[in-house]
Amino acid sequence: MAITKAEIVDMLFEKMGLNKREAKSIVEAFFDEIRSNLAKGEEVKLSGFGNFTLREKNPRPGRNPKTGVEITITARRVVTFHASQKLKAYVNGSDAAT
Amino acid sequence: MTKSELIKNICLEYPQLSSRDVEMATRLILEYLSDALADDERIEIRGFGSFSMHVRPAKLGRNPKTGEPVMVPEKRVPHFKAGKELREQVDWAADGLQGATGS
Repeated sequence: MAITKAEIVDMLFEKMGLNKREAKSIVEAFFDEIRSNLAKGEEVKLSGFGNFTLREKNPRPGRNPKTGVEITITARRVVTFHASQKLKAYVNGSDAAT
Repeated sequence: MTKSELIKNICLEYPQLSSRDVEMATRLILEYLSDALADDERIEIRGFGSFSMHVRPAKLGRNPKTGEPVMVPEKRVPHFKAGKELREQVDWAADGLQGATGS
């Protein structure tokens, strides 16, 4: 089972003793704030975790994988996430038994 | 926006919360997400996106200087995929028009 906002709310409730409503407000504000900054075209840098950056994609040819029909994929702006060195090391730490 | 600006903005939005609480909560959220990824758990935040772990298998590489073959160990990379809402809000070009690709 994937982790969702509900689990994060529970975690804050347990670890901080915030009431559920406050915990929910913070969790929602956390993701809304990141999202609205990216929507404004601003990158988001969370030290120790990673950076959300924006990339401008040029139009490029593509095709519908189902039908094989060629179409042009329009120019667009997309979000990419780059994990920080710290997070990368952390997720590789436990079982990098090589 | 940096982490400290994020904390400041959440505080502005919820003046009833203490800045100490918001700061601690932000740290705990990021730690929790990091721990989940380290445990190979998927994270799904509706409207925002999902984080999952991508595993790059160990492979035989070469030292580019000497040409000597070396084993490159397995690498785990956190991956983020933007959710529909985030994707649409960020893409200035797609103002309610068709999104050509899924993936």
